[in-house]
Amino acid sequence: MLLIHCPYCDETLPELEFAHAGEAHVARPENPSAQSDAEWEEFLFIRRNVKGPHYERWRHTHGCGRFFNAVRDTVSDRFLATYPAGAPRPSLASLTGESE
Amino acid sequence: MSRFRVPGRGRVNPDRPVTFRFDGRPVQGCEGDTVASALLANGIHLMGRSFKYHRPRGAVAAGSEEPNALINTRRGPGRAEPNTRATMQEIWPGLEARPQNCWPRLSFDLGAVNDRAYMLFSAGFYYKTFMWPRSFWDKLYEPVIRAAAGLGVSPSEEDPDTYASRYLHTDVLVVGAGPAGLAAARTAAEAGLRVVLVDEHAEAGGTLLSEPQARIAGLPAWDWLTAELAALKALGVRVMTRTTAIGYYHQNMIGLCQRLTDHLAELPADTPRERMWRLRAARVVLAQGALEKPLVFDGNDRPGVMLAGAAQTYLHRFGVRVGDRPVILTSHDSAWHAAFDLQDAGAKVAAIVDTRAAPPAALAGEAQARGIRVLAGFTATATSGRLRVRSVRVHPVSAGTVGAGEEIACDCLLMSGGWTPSLHLFSHTKGSLAWDEDRTTFLPADTPEDCVIAGAGRGLWGIAATLADGAEKGAEVAASLGRGASAPALPVEGDRTGSGTSHTELATDRSPSRARAFVDFQNDVTAKDLRLAVREGMRSIEHVKRYTTNGMATDQGKMSNINGLNIAADALGRAQPKVGLTTFRPPYTPTSFGAFAGYHRGGHFEVTRRTAIDPLAEAAGAVFEPVGQWRRARYFPRPGEDMDTAVARECRATRTAIGMFDASTLGKIEVVGPDAVEFMNRMYTNPWTKLQPGRCRYGLLLGDDGFIRDDGVIGRLAHDRFHVTTTTGGAARVLNMMEDYLQTEWPELDVWLTSTTEQWSTIALNGPRVAELLRPLVEGVTLTEEAFPHMSVAECTVAGMPARLFRVSFTGETGFEVNVPAPMGPALWQRLAEAGAPLGLTPYGTEAMHVMRAEKGYIIVGQDTDGTVTPADAGLTWAVGKAKPDFVGKRGLARPDLTAPGRRQLVGLLTEDGTTLLEEGAQIVLDPAQPVPMKMVGHVTSAYRSEAAGRPIALALVEGGHGRMGETVHIPMPDRTIAATITGCVFHDPENTRLKLAAPGGDA
Ligand SMILES: [Zn+2]
Repeated sequence: MLLIHCPYCDETLPELEFAHAGEAHVARPENPSAQSDAEWEEFLFIRRNVKGPHYERWRHTHGCGRFFNAVRDTVSDRFLATYPAGAPRPSLASLTGESE
Repeated sequence: MSRFRVPGRGRVNPDRPVTFRFDGRPVQGCEGDTVASALLANGIHLMGRSFKYHRPRGAVAAGSEEPNALINTRRGPGRAEPNTRATMQEIWPGLEARPQNCWPRLSFDLGAVNDRAYMLFSAGFYYKTFMWPRSFWDKLYEPVIRAAAGLGVSPSEEDPDTYASRYLHTDVLVVGAGPAGLAAARTAAEAGLRVVLVDEHAEAGGTLLSEPQARIAGLPAWDWLTAELAALKALGVRVMTRTTAIGYYHQNMIGLCQRLTDHLAELPADTPRERMWRLRAARVVLAQGALEKPLVFDGNDRPGVMLAGAAQTYLHRFGVRVGDRPVILTSHDSAWHAAFDLQDAGAKVAAIVDTRAAPPAALAGEAQARGIRVLAGFTATATSGRLRVRSVRVHPVSAGTVGAGEEIACDCLLMSGGWTPSLHLFSHTKGSLAWDEDRTTFLPADTPEDCVIAGAGRGLWGIAATLADGAEKGAEVAASLGRGASAPALPVEGDRTGSGTSHTELATDRSPSRARAFVDFQNDVTAKDLRLAVREGMRSIEHVKRYTTNGMATDQGKMSNINGLNIAADALGRAQPKVGLTTFRPPYTPTSFGAFAGYHRGGHFEVTRRTAIDPLAEAAGAVFEPVGQWRRARYFPRPGEDMDTAVARECRATRTAIGMFDASTLGKIEVVGPDAVEFMNRMYTNPWTKLQPGRCRYGLLLGDDGFIRDDGVIGRLAHDRFHVTTTTGGAARVLNMMEDYLQTEWPELDVWLTSTTEQWSTIALNGPRVAELLRPLVEGVTLTEEAFPHMSVAECTVAGMPARLFRVSFTGETGFEVNVPAPMGPALWQRLAEAGAPLGLTPYGTEAMHVMRAEKGYIIVGQDTDGTVTPADAGLTWAVGKAKPDFVGKRGLARPDLTAPGRRQLVGLLTEDGTTLLEEGAQIVLDPAQPVPMKMVGHVTSAYRSEAAGRPIALALVEGGHGRMGETVHIPMPDRTIAATITGCVFHDPENTRLKLAAPGGDA
């Protein structure tokens, strides 16, 4: 069972308290009605399905209830970072110690 | 004393005899015996029959890796367990152990006819033979195969035992209490760390239990062990025996299954049978040792053919001589000691057969001194004996040529093909393995977890080396946790180090195609099967494994994996590391369902949510149904009534007088804040700005894809406060969705969301006489059509209780929903029941609610919709605020597919004979004469008998349904095809005249 750090509670807690909520940094367009079919399709359906470090959303469902973002390596299942919703995405280089 | 018990040997207690039953006969062993050791002490090697060929089999090992000696253990009704390893089950007076997979009896098994037909049962047999036709699988092949090939029988009674679950946190977990594990635990504990040491056996010690000849730090091994365990106890180390580390999960969580009562004659009160620990450790030391490999040759599976290391364990730990006339067959030094020790215990060793041309001179010299015949550079090609090995045929091999054979008589054949590190748990960590050419085995390399391997698990051999390595690893772990530790060096005398070589199949002078040389004993896989799989095109080791089932039995290939891999690699003509290894998966050993389920059984299997009013419904004899996690009253039968009769009566009472319904399970969310109305405008399809406080509106919630997610009546209590209701099953999902948009898309909105589902008891009252009932009870609002029209909401008191009163209807009758603080619900229910009795008030359940809403064409999200239905499909376009600039789903509704013609649309269906009730879920076709497979154009979503409509009614999703009014469609069923006419969705009071509130004093 994974251990996940909630950036709002500032505690590392078991996975059971959290719910996965899909890819992060997929912002709903300001004015959806102005979107072309292709743009809307991209927003609604197209996800990256990353092998490796993946920006994704989690919710501390059975805790503070807040949504937050995380970087998780989908190969090792390791969390590289968690950070509040709305915060800029951390660069992978800073997390993995490798140059991109 | 039993015939094969060796006086003065072993750790069993000869003064405490224990009688148990095996195969229906009493057997006497000693306290401390396993079923296998007690049987062997009585000269019984035949313990079971094999899976596929029903070949006679005996114990080949002495631990949890045992593939053959599987028994069914019984302790009265419900307490039966199949596939228990006789090598692990401790005996107790009265234990009943039965052999498995044999009929009519162990010594004469009719299923053994499969053995004669073995050519038929080779690799891929099932895939090749039983391919066609499909129907034969269900009726013929599968039942016959299941009856003939199988492992044990599941108990059919409920298990009366209890199972516990616990969490445990520790600094260091050490798995395996052999020399390496003991030393690691000691070092880490002395550094001040909290340490847990677990071992799957009944007592700690591992290898030391089988090597009493060694002296450690000047003490005999067993005395040292006793002192060491006392020292660990004094240091606060938690030593858990009979505890198997079954799986290694993320971030150092290890599942431990602790067996508490299976070894006891009397079951102590209030003690669980097993306890599952979820242990989280800062560091893990895996000290699981190594497993001995069998040699692969024709007849290597006969009872009496056993691993040499197992014979050593039976002799030293249990005081049992596994035979009087052993032959040792080995490619590793370790087995030579079995010959010497058995000779010392009174056996006459017939020969030591070593496949190596030049075994170590020291061993050969000792054998010579002892007068034991040594055959070096020899192979074995066959064994004889029906229920027990009687002889082995051996040949010299020189330059790859097998020479003339010689038959050597024996009553047991002790083999050793070398040792393989036990890497199952390490594998669970996704750890990588590195091929070690010298030892021809895989050794642990890197792991993403905070874990280290100590001792034989990383290829070390001998007590001195593993003790030193354990201490070193304990110190390493302590240092990584910031503790200084020293790893003491312990002098060891009498250590038995050694080495060996590795083989695929042993060389033979016979046709390899006729050899029954077993690799996987439990699944009856031979070397020939593996080579056949490669010949037939399997290239990946994972494919070879699945095609042959090698390593796929309950022993997880503990003994067979490495031999299988070596043979497959040889057949493929590739080096082992190129072929790779199959994946080990949890659990390490078979684990009971009870241990996994723990407390989650019966009433604790899942949460059952009950409303405050539920006890009254139960007292009234309601029949309940589960809805989500709730249990809801489905109908309230009177004596002699079946469901249809009760439901018809409940509907009739509601439509002619008053029906009362517990609607407390409806989801309720309070949306509050200065931006509440803006939030509602963005979430729901409907416009909310102009809705005045005190009024309600039907709200429709879509996803951004444009499909219906939920619905419910929403009341505006104040400018900044909405009382939102959701479907019973959708409450949590809707709140989650609202929070998601609020927190992450519109954080600028000043809105608070609170689930209030359980704060309110909600009672729905429907029917023409409902105003008569409520007027005397309601204070603070005037119940007239003018002052409190349909779709109103008010805060008032009802029967003196503070209430939120809604004027809404889900039946088509005049309707109210009274919300009072949840604990007041039962009092209100009773008060209404009393006051309503003279007016004909009748409680109704969810079934009548369903009928009445369907009569009015009101949808149930999730029943009449399925996640692909738009408001237009459901005939709810009126609920969509098209003028709003945006709401969740608005852009989605404009997607090309959602506006295309031919979508499935919700319609009514009336069967043309006027009497047939359609089946929910039934498929609909336009032309019943078309050939199969027919084109299906929709399905029935709801169907009920309706007294109000005078006939059965149904709702359905049908392609282009809104344009097919009056058309006939067909519903093919197994026995006939039903014709039905497409209609609108409203079957009762289409003008909504019945929603009106009767004037005070007027006729109802
Ligand atoms: Zn939190």
